Amino acid sequence: MQGYLSLLKIKRLPTTWCPGCGNGLVIKALIQVMESNNLNKKNTVIVSGIGCVGRTTGYLKLDSIHTLHGRAIPVAEGIKTANPKLNVFVVSGDGDLLAIGGNHLLHASRRKTNIKVICVNNRIYGMTGGQASPATPKKTVTTTTPKGNEFEEINTQAIVTSNKNFFARSTVFHLDHLKKMIKKSLENKDFSFIEVISNCYPGYGKKLGFTSNYEMLMDFKKKFENQKNKSILKKNELGFLK
Amino acid sequence: MIEIDIEKCKGCKLCIENCPKDCIDLSSQVNKKGYFYAVSKHGCINCRFCAMMCPDACIEVLRE
Repeated sequence: MQGYLSLLKIKRLPTTWCPGCGNGLVIKALIQVMESNNLNKKNTVIVSGIGCVGRTTGYLKLDSIHTLHGRAIPVAEGIKTANPKLNVFVVSGDGDLLAIGGNHLLHASRRKTNIKVICVNNRIYGMTGGQASPATPKKTVTTTTPKGNEFEEINTQAIVTSNKNFFARSTVFHLDHLKKMIKKSLENKDFSFIEVISNCYPGYGKKLGFTSNYEMLMDFKKKFENQKNKSILKKNELGFLK
Repeated sequence: MIEIDIEKCKGCKLCIENCPKDCIDLSSQVNKKGYFYAVSKHGCINCRFCAMMCPDACIEVLRE
């Protein structure tokens, strides 16, 4: 058995997520980085909010809290303040961190607490049936926007980097890149935000004309490229800013 | 050679689509949870793409 699997609660598998969901890949990348950097249950805490990804905490053999909707970042800040030796990760979705918890994101990035936020962005409220979230791109058809979304998506990069924090973007298809970004965030002493673009076939992909989760992953391969400019990330670029 | 834990498999087909040698297939039977699981055929070259992509970590690559 591979070494990193010792961090998973094997008895609880398979996960309750849909077949082919990117959340499993994010967890796998995270625990592989944890294993290679000697993060174990003595020095690591995981906090998650509400949503599909919020279930992550239940599958890991670590001290973990499944908090209220949107309140993952304040709880993580409290843990870090009480015991600065701990490594604190927040794993949550775009609806949780950017919509309901948007205010907490603003102030956590202002206070520069040393926590690592992994935002799994599937561009939709997946668990409740595919409603438009702040991260839904313009003109996308969803359950609540049948004529196409009127508004632009939220600019998380501007919020996080305005206070000179670490911001990275990756996708669930670029797994090695994702692992590299999580490792980079561990070296950083400020607030770190990693946006992972994920796939949600039943809620989002179906309405866009995809036929499977694999097609959505291949779309990530086509759409995204490496960053060219070191000071800004465009919408279709992968990389990090510091 | 690969070994698939059939009780953990959910039949998402990511390994099947990723395999460069087409040596993984979907079974005609279901496991305890009611999913059609993946089964391995002959011709594996130990490239590890399937184990890398599996979201449920149920594929183990055995070097011969």
